[in-house]
Amino acid sequence: MSTILETVGVGKMYGDFVALDDVSLAIAEGELVSIVGPNGAGKTTLVNVLTGLLKPTAGLVRFRGQDIAGIGPVMLARRGMARAFQLVHIFPAMTVRQTIAVAVVSQEGKGLRFFSAVDDDRGVRDRVREVASIFGLERKLETEARYLSQGEKKLLDIASAFALQPEVILLDEPTSGVSSADKHGIMRNVVDAAKKAGVKAIILVEHDMDLVAEYSTRIVALTAGKVLADRPPAAFFSDPEIVAAIVGKMVGRLAKEA
Amino acid sequence: MKTAVGVFVLAALATLFALPSVLSAYYITLVLPAVAYAIALLGFNLLFGYTGLLSFGHALYVAVGAYGAAVLSSKLGIKSFELVLLLSGAAAVAAAIPVALLSVRYEKIFFGILTLAFGMLFHSFLFKFYDITGGDTGIRVLRPSLFGNEFKDLDKTAFLVGPFYYYCVGLLAILGFVMWRIVHSPFGLHLVASRENRRKSEYLGVRVRFFRLIAFSISAFYCAVGGAILAINTGQADPELAYWTHSGELVFMAVLGGFANFFGPLVGAFTFIFLKSELMGLTQFWRFWLGLTLIVIVVLFPRGLVGVGQDLWTRLHKR
Repeated sequence: MSTILETVGVGKMYGDFVALDDVSLAIAEGELVSIVGPNGAGKTTLVNVLTGLLKPTAGLVRFRGQDIAGIGPVMLARRGMARAFQLVHIFPAMTVRQTIAVAVVSQEGKGLRFFSAVDDDRGVRDRVREVASIFGLERKLETEARYLSQGEKKLLDIASAFALQPEVILLDEPTSGVSSADKHGIMRNVVDAAKKAGVKAIILVEHDMDLVAEYSTRIVALTAGKVLADRPPAAFFSDPEIVAAIVGKMVGRLAKEA
Repeated sequence: MKTAVGVFVLAALATLFALPSVLSAYYITLVLPAVAYAIALLGFNLLFGYTGLLSFGHALYVAVGAYGAAVLSSKLGIKSFELVLLLSGAAAVAAAIPVALLSVRYEKIFFGILTLAFGMLFHSFLFKFYDITGGDTGIRVLRPSLFGNEFKDLDKTAFLVGPFYYYCVGLLAILGFVMWRIVHSPFGLHLVASRENRRKSEYLGVRVRFFRLIAFSISAFYCAVGGAILAINTGQADPELAYWTHSGELVFMAVLGGFANFFGPLVGAFTFIFLKSELMGLTQFWRFWLGLTLIVIVVLFPRGLVGVGQDLWTRLHKR
C-alpha cells in the first residue's frame, strides 16, 4: 500500500497556544482513517492543515509526495483532494443540478467558458446526473438546496465534493445534525460511492463511535494536539486506557450536551 | 417560461424600435439615456446580482466612458463611434483592473467602501486637474460617425433621435444577448456559486478572486459603453458623472427593477429615468419622492418591479 497523504512532525501554534504538536500520520490507498478526540483536541486544526487551508508552524504536509502546506482550497481541489463540511456548506439558492455542476465544471476545466450555456453542455449534464444518482438525488435535481432536508443537504454537500473526482476525500462530521437512523444510510452511501468513483482514501472526522468502529480501517486519536493512538479499530477499542481517554471524555461531553 | 421570456424580449425590442414613430423627439431624448443606463446596468448587475458584490463606485466607469468619448472626439479627432466604444471600454477595463485587484479581496461593506473611495478619487481628479479634464465644465463631446456615416444633413436632435437612437437600441440588444450568454455560462455558474458560499465554492475549485476580477472588468466595460452614449446625448462629459451620488443611482435602478432577475435592472433603468424626469417636472422635492419610492420598494417589494410582475403573472396563471 502506498502512502497518499502524510504529515511529518506537524505543529501548529496560535500565539502561545499549541493546537498541534508533532503530529505524524500517513494515509495509504484503500484506507478509511477516522480522526477522533474530544473537543479542543486539535481535530479541526489538523483537518485544516491536511486540506492546505492552514500552514503549519512546523513539519510537512505531503499529498502524493508533494508539499501542500497552505496551498489553499482551489489548488487542493485541482490536485485531487475534496472536502465536505461539518456545518452544511451549500449554495442555498442553487438547485441540486447547479450545485453539482459547479464541481463538474471545475473538474473538467471549463470555468473560463464565457459564452456556452452550461445547461446545454451534454458532458456536464450527464456527469451531474450520474453523481446525483449515486447519492439518490436524481429526483431532486431541480430543487433548490435550501428546500432539501437536512440529510439531503449533507448528501448534496458530499456529492458535490465527489463530483471533483478526488483521490482523497475528507469528511468533517458528515452525519452531524442527522437522525441516527439516517447516519448509517449516509455513511454506507458515501463508502459505496467512494468505491464506485475510484476514491483512493477517505478521512473521516466523527464523534459517533458506532460509525467509527464500523467503517474505519484505522483510527487516529488526538488529545491536546498530540497523537495518542493510531491503530485499527479492534486494537483501538480493546485498549481500556485509550477508550477511557477518548471515548470516555466524548461520552461525558455528549452527556453534558444532552 | 422560456418562450414567455423570448416573447417579452422581442416585444420590448420592437417597442423600442417603434418608439420614434410614436413619441415626440423630446421623449426619445429621454429614452436614449434610459438605453444607456440599461447597458451600464447589465454590467453593474453581473457584479451585484450575480457575483454578490455591491459597488458604490461604478459611476467611475460610466465617467471613463464619457470622458473617453470626449477626449477621443474633441481632442484626438476620432469620429468612428465603434472605435470610441472600444477604446473607452478598454480604458474602463484598464481603470477597473487595479481597483478590482484590491477590492475583490473583500466582500460586503468593505468592498462597497473601497469602490466608493476609488470613485471619489476619480471625481476629484476630474474636478481638480483642470488642464486635462476641463474641471467643472468638463469636455465637449462631438458627434460621432456610425459605421463611417456622419449624417451631415441631420441637425443635432434629428441625429440623436434618429440614427443614433436606433444604433444604441441595437447595441443594447447585442450587449444584452452577450450578457445573457455570460450569466448562463460555466463562468457565470461559478460566479453565482462564489456569491452563495465563498468557502465551499473554493473547495469545489472555483477561482473566486480571479473570476471576480474578470466580472468586475466586464462590468466596467458595459458601464463605459453606457457612459459614452450618455455623453454623446448631452454633448458634454462633466465631473458630475463620476460623483458618488451617480453611483448611488446605479444601485437605485438595480434595486428598483429587481437585481435578482436578469431583466430587473433594465426595467429599473427605464422606470428610474422616467420617474425622475416626471418628478422633476412636477415638484422641486423630487428627491424626496424618489427616496420614498426606494423605501417602499425595499420594504414591500424586495424583488423589485420585476418581482411584482412575476407574482402577478403566476397569480393570473393559477386562475
